Amino acid sequence: MIPIHYYLILSAVMFITGVVGVLTRRNAIIIFMCIELMLNSVNLTFVAFSSYLGNATGQMFVFFVMAVAAAEAAVGLAIVIALFRNKQTVNINDVNILKW
Amino acid sequence: MEQLLTDTWLTAPIGGTILLSLIVIMINALKKDSLAAEYWVSLIGIAANIVLAVVVFPDRGTAFSGMVMTGGYASITAILFLTAAGLTILLSREYIEKIGVNFGEFYHLILLATTGMMTFSAGTDLVVTFIGLELMSISLYVLAGISRRHHKGNEAALKYFLLGAFASGFFLYGIALIYGMTSTTNILEIAQNMQAYMSEPLFLTGVGLLLVGFAFKVGAVPFHMWVPDVYEGSPTMVSAFMSTGAKASAFTAFLLIFTATFDIAGTQINTVLAILAVASMVIGNVVALSQNNIKRMLAYSSIAHAGYMLIGLTAGGMMSITGVLFYLISYMFTNIGAFGIAAIIENKEQGGTEIDNFRGLYYRHPALAVMMSIFMFSLVGLPPLAGFFGKYYIFVAAIENGYTWLTIIGVITSMISVYYYLRVVVVMFFQTDEEAEKSSLASSSVFALLLSAAGVLLIGVFPSMVLDWMSRLF
Repeated sequence: MIPIHYYLILSAVMFITGVVGVLTRRNAIIIFMCIELMLNSVNLTFVAFSSYLGNATGQMFVFFVMAVAAAEAAVGLAIVIALFRNKQTVNINDVNILKW
Repeated sequence: MEQLLTDTWLTAPIGGTILLSLIVIMINALKKDSLAAEYWVSLIGIAANIVLAVVVFPDRGTAFSGMVMTGGYASITAILFLTAAGLTILLSREYIEKIGVNFGEFYHLILLATTGMMTFSAGTDLVVTFIGLELMSISLYVLAGISRRHHKGNEAALKYFLLGAFASGFFLYGIALIYGMTSTTNILEIAQNMQAYMSEPLFLTGVGLLLVGFAFKVGAVPFHMWVPDVYEGSPTMVSAFMSTGAKASAFTAFLLIFTATFDIAGTQINTVLAILAVASMVIGNVVALSQNNIKRMLAYSSIAHAGYMLIGLTAGGMMSITGVLFYLISYMFTNIGAFGIAAIIENKEQGGTEIDNFRGLYYRHPALAVMMSIFMFSLVGLPPLAGFFGKYYIFVAAIENGYTWLTIIGVITSMISVYYYLRVVVVMFFQTDEEAEKSSLASSSVFALLLSAAGVLLIGVFPSMVLDWMSRLF
């Protein structure tokens, strides 16, 4: 059996990849994909802990996370499309009317 | 079966609101001509749900095998969110017509977000907390961008969505680590062994990530970057709802998990909270000084107010819980009123929200100017208005728990805030604007503003009215 910390390290690396992606990429869709990567790394953590602890709560949580991520994807892509229709760009450097 | 019925009854305000939101969207699907039915059904339903929350108030406990809290704390927060939703809907009727987003979905989404807020702050299991948080946030992402041809609205929705989802990622990772260390997601069970868990580095990391998620949602510095942009770009009444309902719900969940259950007073986490509080108070108040747009100014002021409330969370104890709840209630009335007046002044293109647009308001709409001054004075924290007692209780709790230095910073920064709040008052009474046109005033908006002003005055003059309820929270 693969030890639990292998899974934890993998999911931490995935999570950090997602965070770095959100902070450095400039395309709204890619940022959104990085957020999904973060959520999926969390799912992996949940499933690994759930199997390690012999406790089903974590696996149930993953279903909720997936449902929420799907709802978020629907709303998020709708927002990106609304923006694209107005400005013909999804680059967040061009989305800069609001600033102090 | 009987248990299920009891539990359903005890969580009736949550169930009732989600049912109401479904009824509203059904009515909207069936008839297209006007929004009167949606508007009235929402208002009557909200009133009915407030009554339900009052009725279940004495049944303090948990329902659905310890998943949600009922009565007491849950009832008070439910009444808070429902009142915020009711006032927002009253003020929105004319406003959404003016800016051309009069869709029935507006009311539906407000109610859905309200359900999310109640679930978020009543959840005693992190699964429920997370679902509530997401229900609230996703509804608000849509509301922020509901005026979809408006460039600022698009930008606000995109920023709110990307940063909100980013914060949810941290929140979830925190939950995952806490679950891994404790093999449960129920906060009451976790709290029983808190001492043992606090020495686990992974558990602490989890709590820290949860804290980051919460700090994003309440808009505390350094996780505040989205607040001004989103409040400025969103339709004004949506900003009003976000700054009161969504902020209050994040704070009440924060309080329930960190102060009431985990009782983190005196741990390393507390130091982090103190730093967040100081940074929010200083940066919020100082940056607000240079703002010319009323919505942006109120956004920075809301960051500053998050700082004051974080003092309460740092101090911990029952007194702080009462103080922060009291603060949230007074802030709700005050801020909905202030944003409501900004929404009335605003023009069709969602412009005209500069502070200069308030010039000579007293000569055009004396009542509006007087009410706006009441709200501004309450935000400053002058007695006998509600805002004063909110600050007073939090500062007293902080001093009693040995955080005098936080109180001193709080008082100094509220001195700074006098300048930008009073600027609005000065502009309204002592300057004139010959070209400005009178704004149209709907009776529903006037009624909502009167209710907010009455709330600010009554809670300020008779704080015991609210405090009596707070003595029976848990």
